[in-house]
Amino acid sequence: MKKLMLLIASSSIAGLAFAGPGPDENTLVIEGEEMVTEVKTSGDHPLATVYSGWRFRKPETQALEMDDFENPAMVAVDYGIELWDTAAGTSAQSCADCHGDVEEAMAGFRANMPRWNEEAGQPWSLEHWVNWSITEHQEAEAWKWESPEMLAMTALIGLQSRGDPMTVQTDGPMAEWVERGKELYYTRVGQLDMACSQCHEDNYGQMIRADHLSQGNINGFPTYRFKWSGLGSLHRRFSGCMKNIRATPYKRGSDEFVALEAYLASRGAGLSIETPSVRN
Amino acid sequence: MAKVKPRVKVPRKAEVGEVITIKTLISHPMESGQRKDRKTGELIPRKIINHFTAKFNGEVVFDAAIEPAVSANPYFSFDMMVPEAGTVQFEWVDDDGSVYTEEKKIAIG
Amino acid sequence: MDVSRRTFCQFGMGASAVALLPSLPALAGTDPVQEAIMAFTGGAMPGDGGIDLTTPEIAENGNTVPVEVSADGAASILLLAAGNPNPGVATFNFGKLAPNRAAATRIRLAQTQDVIAVAKLESGEFTMVKRTVKVTIGGCGG
Repeated sequence: MKKLMLLIASSSIAGLAFAGPGPDENTLVIEGEEMVTEVKTSGDHPLATVYSGWRFRKPETQALEMDDFENPAMVAVDYGIELWDTAAGTSAQSCADCHGDVEEAMAGFRANMPRWNEEAGQPWSLEHWVNWSITEHQEAEAWKWESPEMLAMTALIGLQSRGDPMTVQTDGPMAEWVERGKELYYTRVGQLDMACSQCHEDNYGQMIRADHLSQGNINGFPTYRFKWSGLGSLHRRFSGCMKNIRATPYKRGSDEFVALEAYLASRGAGLSIETPSVRN
Repeated sequence: MAKVKPRVKVPRKAEVGEVITIKTLISHPMESGQRKDRKTGELIPRKIINHFTAKFNGEVVFDAAIEPAVSANPYFSFDMMVPEAGTVQFEWVDDDGSVYTEEKKIAIG
Repeated sequence: MDVSRRTFCQFGMGASAVALLPSLPALAGTDPVQEAIMAFTGGAMPGDGGIDLTTPEIAENGNTVPVEVSADGAASILLLAAGNPNPGVATFNFGKLAPNRAAATRIRLAQTQDVIAVAKLESGEFTMVKRTVKVTIGGCGG
């Protein structure tokens, strides 16, 4: 009788935490550097702990991110390095000509996206910054958001922030963008009438069919997704999620997605940047 | 299609007789021929890397005949015994006849 | 007995060899998996043992499933996916400078199925192993 009571007690405690498998206990070490994949939150954050999406993936998927050769995104980073060193546009300048070494020039840059741009009067995602430099300084044609070139460059630049804590400015002019993003996060949309929070806040750790739901943190973007057999941007992921709930997605680079990005960066603040990460 | 780029991991130095692990990858969509164009409904024609060869100083160490069931950005890893200093030569053959190559030198020491 | 295992298998249809094959009868190439195996072995029935195949139990995504295969003394290894539209995956050939007759790659699996590896040993014999991989359908993968 005692044994049975103990069994019921322990299973009900487990039931309070997660009905699904929850995030695992694995440690992410990439090329010898340990990443922060969980952060205890404070204040009125809706979650007690935020976890990187890496903690919800199967061991075989996790392993691919831990080695820079195994990581299939790295071949795009190689292409990014090539682009960094290639002269472009009527300026006939390469990124390197002005910025010098990418490791120095871009250190920490991606870690606090989206960043406020005073002249534009709004925050910019990394892709906005890249295209601004390409068009203004190189006098070359802008890259499409999801082009191999843009993905390669954002992966390369993102890599220079790997291991840095994800942070974003939330005060001053950013405050209203973060607030707008928060509104979008909790607003039901689409034919299935769902908000981001319903999967990623209320049900993270559970299985949706055979997908293991994460909290939807954005510290790994751009990411190599098996589903895409390639790299993809954060806004592509937003777009895909919206299509899944039969909503008309906002456009890549739109104010809505930039606001959502700002909110999510603040929501997952402290997690290590893992760009370019590997996901399912 | 994005650029097809090889990427290989070969130790720069090895002892004579040492067994090393060689890892290779090439960025390639490996279009299987099973997918349909969403707009037209037509099958997208197959276009894959169908063969991979690794040679050391001209001698074949490992080769693979490849079918569309190999994932995009094909990855192969295998071991090699280093008999002497030399060059590892890699070659990937595309259905369309293109041949992609890469090579890495191994020194003894 | 002094009948070699290979000969015994050809005539006696060794129970283990039959159990490994995805369908019966084994005499005629009645399905593409059988045909692929028979084409590789020249009609000989592969035995078992001496070949390792490492696959995940559950594939997080069917389009990138890491697999590893090894067989001491193998000259070639054939990799098949029994439940794919076409079973052929790859054939690995090893030269003299390959000390461990082993290779790793990433493959596409259309559904839950058996992954089969058949090794042609330098001795002329054939050996085979299979592993079931569960391939899941995501809920809202996007």
